Amino acid sequence: MSALDFSFVDWDIFSKFVLKGMLFSVQLTLVATIGGIVFGTLLALMRLSGRKVLELPAVVYVNGMRSIPLVMVILWFFLLIPFLIGRSIGAELSATITFVAFEAAYFSEIMRAGIQSIPRGQVMAGQALGMTYGQNMRLIVLPQAFRNMIPVLLTQTIILFQDTSLVYAIGAYDLLKGFVTAGKIYGRVEEVYILAALAYFVICFGLSALVRRLQARIAIIR
Amino acid sequence: MIELKNVSKWYGPVQVLNNCSTNIQKGEVVVVCGPSGSGKSTLIKTINALEPFQQGEIFVDGIAVHGKDTDLPKLRSRVGMVFQHFELFPHLSVTENLTIAQQKVLGRSEEEARAHGLKYLERVGLMAHKDKFPGQLSGGQQQRVAIARALSMDPIVMLFDEPTSALDPEMVGEVLDVMVDLANEGMTMMCVTHEMGFARKVGSRVIFMDVGGKVLEDCSKDEFFNHPENRQPRTKEFLNKILAH
Repeated sequence: MSALDFSFVDWDIFSKFVLKGMLFSVQLTLVATIGGIVFGTLLALMRLSGRKVLELPAVVYVNGMRSIPLVMVILWFFLLIPFLIGRSIGAELSATITFVAFEAAYFSEIMRAGIQSIPRGQVMAGQALGMTYGQNMRLIVLPQAFRNMIPVLLTQTIILFQDTSLVYAIGAYDLLKGFVTAGKIYGRVEEVYILAALAYFVICFGLSALVRRLQARIAIIR
Repeated sequence: MIELKNVSKWYGPVQVLNNCSTNIQKGEVVVVCGPSGSGKSTLIKTINALEPFQQGEIFVDGIAVHGKDTDLPKLRSRVGMVFQHFELFPHLSVTENLTIAQQKVLGRSEEEARAHGLKYLERVGLMAHKDKFPGQLSGGQQQRVAIARALSMDPIVMLFDEPTSALDPEMVGEVLDVMVDLANEGMTMMCVTHEMGFARKVGSRVIFMDVGGKVLEDCSKDEFFNHPENRQPRTKEFLNKILAH
């Protein structure tokens, strides 16, 4: 085995192979975070609705998703789609839908905790002013729940960003794949895995530092 | 204006309101007192349906609170409520606290809601704090904002649920002053409080409740304070205890 050699690394490697993958990883993370929070909040509201018909499907969905490894969901969905609609929708779109659906389960638990952290008195105050359930949730409860949960939501997003590398299972072109493709072309596979790890580390570590700073900033004065 | 007929409520096997009945006329200031656990707060919250009840009837301005088809949000928007722990919205500024329900519930424009809300903020003497957040105000100031917020909705009646019991002693006065002014202006008020000075000053009637959610006394202020011989033994005991110091 020869020694590691990083001399092949240059701007071209980044712009030709890595950038495209990185953009997809970031895009997947953003879409899955936003979609996950939207659907997760809906699931959380269903769970907290106190109505069995809404509660039960949400409980089954959330617990189901959280009990299955993500890589299996990614694979299943990718294989299931051609079976159902007769053609493939592509690895990237398939991965995006899967991530939104999967992350919704995790975000729903975070939003549920956030909603429950709002004192009952706040809900009563909204009601007493004549707000409907929807207005109370939208204007009073969710904004506070969301703010309280921002650090946890961002932490989940960082985990999500790391998890996007699992799309290798269906061959989607993400950050990791970008590195690996370059590595294969240049015959430097060991090196690119180290570089990929470094890239994930820098991005995630940077984001965690940001979360820590945010955490101190946004705490609501009570 | 408010009519309670034989209202009963249970939490599981525990009865918290036992056949409570009373009437509140327009312009009356009714003080509700009694030991903790007597259901005073629960009773006042049944009036705007924040607490459901299993038996009896409540009418507010002729509208049945217990009615299945009653538009509760609409009813509540006409009944002002002030809570023990203020319950200002911490993520909104003082001005936004005053305007949000006016805009979203009553459909007022932003300028209209703002002008109207600030008028009441001025009245409770806190105009200088209009751009602050609730967390930057003292308890007494927060409660005054909460009163202004309720008044901005132009309620037909104001309900106060122990408005001063979470306050530092020094701040009780400023909140009671606002309430006394309000009473003197003819606002219909129902007020759960142990501030007997307030009851004597502006109260029209006093309701005394005892453990188990029973209304023991419901009489005029003069009758309540000046004719102890007509009071129930339990009421006398309670009054002796809180008036002794």
